[in-house]
Amino acid sequence: MTHHIERQIEHLKERILRVGTLVEEAISKSITALINRDTNLAQRVMANDGEIDRMEVEVEEECLKILALYQPVAADLRFVVSVLKINNDLERMGDLARNIAKRVAQLTAGEPCELPPEIRTMAMQAQDMVKECLDAVVKGDPLLARQVREEDDAVDEARQKIRRRVIQEIKANPENVESLLRVNSVSKHIERIADMATNIAEDVIYMVQGDIVRHRSSD
Amino acid sequence: MNIQAETTPERGGNPEAFSAAVPADRLQAVAAGRDVPAEVHPEVREVTPVLEIDRFNLWYGGKQALHGITMPIPHNKVTALIGPSGCGKSTLLRSVNRLNDLVQSVRITGDMRLNGDSIYDPRMDVIELRKRMGMVFQKPNPFPMSIYENVVYALRIDGENNRAVLDEVCELSLRGAALWDEVKDRLHESAIGLSGGQQQRLCIARAIAAEPEVLLLDEPCSALDPIATGKVEELIQELRGRYSVLIVTHNMQQASRTSDYTAFMYLGRLIEYGSTSGIFTKPILRETEAYVTGRFG
Repeated sequence: MTHHIERQIEHLKERILRVGTLVEEAISKSITALINRDTNLAQRVMANDGEIDRMEVEVEEECLKILALYQPVAADLRFVVSVLKINNDLERMGDLARNIAKRVAQLTAGEPCELPPEIRTMAMQAQDMVKECLDAVVKGDPLLARQVREEDDAVDEARQKIRRRVIQEIKANPENVESLLRVNSVSKHIERIADMATNIAEDVIYMVQGDIVRHRSSD
Repeated sequence: MNIQAETTPERGGNPEAFSAAVPADRLQAVAAGRDVPAEVHPEVREVTPVLEIDRFNLWYGGKQALHGITMPIPHNKVTALIGPSGCGKSTLLRSVNRLNDLVQSVRITGDMRLNGDSIYDPRMDVIELRKRMGMVFQKPNPFPMSIYENVVYALRIDGENNRAVLDEVCELSLRGAALWDEVKDRLHESAIGLSGGQQQRLCIARAIAAEPEVLLLDEPCSALDPIATGKVEELIQELRGRYSVLIVTHNMQQASRTSDYTAFMYLGRLIEYGSTSGIFTKPILRETEAYVTGRFG
């Protein structure tokens, strides 16, 4: 019985990491596709989202099974509950990557439009956060998780900058409004990805230390 | 009362906890006979105690079975004692109503106070003391008499013979023990004919008929099947708020389902004591974490 739950927990950990890897890949590919205007790559990202969705359901079923059959407590309970939430956030990150990929095709088809340089930096920052929050999950590292929380502010700022720039551009070149709105929504998606990474980081803090830090400013 | 000093806790829930690391240091220290202060959660310090256990030591001959136990047992709450076999939880429970007096080689120091009255005061009348507590054992022990007479037994030996009083106490106690509906039509049949679970609830009814200040339950479900266990557990939950209950259990899920406070004991020492939700979601010590997650014991 004892060893069973440990095995189940190990197994669950492997699974959630597999979802994490797929999502990380999807995000990185969607950004590359965006920067290189690579519609083929964007297509592949969209096609792969189904796999992430399927694995998300599997992980959730696995969590429910452990809760029902083993009634975990303490660290085990916090782990399973955190995985349930992390799983959900990862799936939504996958959807955001798919949305970015969708915009790539539209941007390529529409009027030519320069990407604001901030997008690239912002995308890098968000990707770093995704990588770090997954590392924090693997290592159960609350310090790394706290760092991720702090990095979110920079992404939010970049997002505001891009929004202001897009508004200016729309005023200057109203004929490009559609493409510019797409650029704006891409930046919104990237910002949301960073938010999800922050959520995951907060779940890691709960998983390891048992403190719910959501809705509290990072210290 | 004097609660043992705080210690610098080793935080539970570190990543190694997932990889089956059984913490050895504190447990080894305990095994080596060193004094390890208990980790008492802040919420326990604020309770109104019905029973105060104060620096209580107990020896069986030369062997010390309880080491400096200091803990308040809260009024009108359910408190569970958990820990691996031989940790002293039953010894502690039996010390509350001085059942260990019957064991010849037992020696104790320290004290326990029931609503302020010293239990181990030499002037304490043990029979009077035991009347103030109810005790229910592992195996149901109904007396070989009718259901009715079992329940009102305590009143009878106190000389109560008023039929109306006895009838009322009988019904109230059986209702309190969630047994009334099952036995109301056969109150005057032998209690021995009841099922195991019913017998155990009858023992609880008999205990609460005497309006005890504290109800002591020593693994009350370990001889029962899952259905009967469920009923007794439900009953314990219903007693909460009306009775002060101290329960010893081997079954951790039982502790988590039925109690408000949980104390973890190991080799005769109190290791960690806190609200049940605290102990089962966020224990402070790695040792408690390892025990409640089933990694040792």
